[in-house]
Amino acid sequence: MANKKGWHDLMRGADLPPATSLEYKTGSWRTMRPVFDPTDCIHCMICVAYCPDMAIPIIKNEDGVTGKGGRLYKGVVRLETDFDYCKGCGICAQECPTKCITMIREEEAVESSSK
Amino acid sequence: MSVIKPLSGAQAVAEAMRQINPDVVSAYPITPQTPIVEYFAEFVANGLVETETIPVESEHSAMSAAVGASASGARAMCATSSQGLALMWEVVAATPGLRLPIVMPVANRALSAPINIHCDHSDTMGTATIGWIQIFSENAQESYENMFLALRLAEHKDVLLPVMVMQDGFIISHGVENVKILEDDVVKKFVDDRNPDRYLFDVKNPYTIGPLALPDYYFEIKRQQEEAMINAKKVYLEIGEELSKITGNKYPYFEEYRMEDAEAAIIVLASAAGTAKDAIDEMRSHGGKVGLIKPKLFRPFPYKEMRDALKNIPVIGVLDRSISFGSYAPLYTEIRNSLFELENKPLLQSYIFGLGGRDIFKAEIKQVFEELLSGRVNSEEQKYIGLRG
Repeated sequence: MANKKGWHDLMRGADLPPATSLEYKTGSWRTMRPVFDPTDCIHCMICVAYCPDMAIPIIKNEDGVTGKGGRLYKGVVRLETDFDYCKGCGICAQECPTKCITMIREEEAVESSSK
Repeated sequence: MSVIKPLSGAQAVAEAMRQINPDVVSAYPITPQTPIVEYFAEFVANGLVETETIPVESEHSAMSAAVGASASGARAMCATSSQGLALMWEVVAATPGLRLPIVMPVANRALSAPINIHCDHSDTMGTATIGWIQIFSENAQESYENMFLALRLAEHKDVLLPVMVMQDGFIISHGVENVKILEDDVVKKFVDDRNPDRYLFDVKNPYTIGPLALPDYYFEIKRQQEEAMINAKKVYLEIGEELSKITGNKYPYFEEYRMEDAEAAIIVLASAAGTAKDAIDEMRSHGGKVGLIKPKLFRPFPYKEMRDALKNIPVIGVLDRSISFGSYAPLYTEIRNSLFELENKPLLQSYIFGLGGRDIFKAEIKQVFEELLSGRVNSEEQKYIGLRG
């Protein structure tokens, strides 16, 4: 909230400059945050497919990343959740077959990051 | 040269609209606003204005069309009463949020139920908290002149808010009186063109209007709106000064009538102030020290100025032409609020009168003054004028 414009600086009447939807970060709606533990992930893409906001980015990585059981997972792998858009619905945590995603309250995440 | 014409309040407002020559008027007929739009439609049909009128299917659409036109850059107007205002309420509330300078004359009429077509102020009082500037007019002459003041105030760069110009339904809207009409050219020069700083038809400079604003932004937008209201109070006087130069009349926040040395005062809006003036003149001729305050600008309300005007008056009666069910009456509330900072507060009494168009007579106003002067008042009790027990 602190980095958002105050009432003196916003355009009158909630008017907006054109083509600004890319700057609209809906992640601020979140009250719960998915915490992803890559050491238990098998990169099955189930969370990616279920995410209603396409907030779990993926990348092609032929070198591979280390996941569950210390195994190297090559090909398409998931990355950290995009918190600009994740609204914390928890579907990824619910569907994850290895339970490597846990939901915590957003303020706990903010507290732990400020420590 | 201005000319004197016999006009009803509705005709006077339509005449003002003819002289303003707005780009768009969208309205739906409702008694007693109907003649405003009828007379104006005649001007359109006779080619006396260049206005595009939009026939709509309801008041909700009427205000929506005015909003669309105003956002596109046009000078847009609407007009309504009572049930019509109630039906368009959703868009009425959105208009100040969108910061669109729409001017809307309102012929005040009681709200249903029971159904009633006559005057009281319950229609516009219901909208007093949602961000429209509200100006009450006592008679046709004031209604006419307030239209020009309202337009300039609405479109002022520090304001950009919609304005309602109220007149009492039937009593003023349908009553004919002599009205001094300014020359067309003088009005044209005064109202000029709208000249918005941005508008949607300016396709080379696109912008978004009416977006979603959630808990992270809505609050800030509303604070901007309140600032515009604060500015409106100052700008009202500035434009009033300017208008005064062409009409010769004054545009204070409220009119003070025979308030010098007054020992009792009543405060009343709109046409009943005329009746009160006659009662006061008669009482003054018999040595009665009584006076009147007639608020003109109701939103934003001039609390400080009202307090200064009332601080030395021993006893005050506030006459409301509407009830605010379960709380103090709307005008009474504002007067009570105005006096909070005074150490020695005047005695106060709230009266309700004239609901559903019931007449108020000079004799009743004199009785109010007698009651006030006797000191038999209770600031926590609501009294009723002309009500059968």
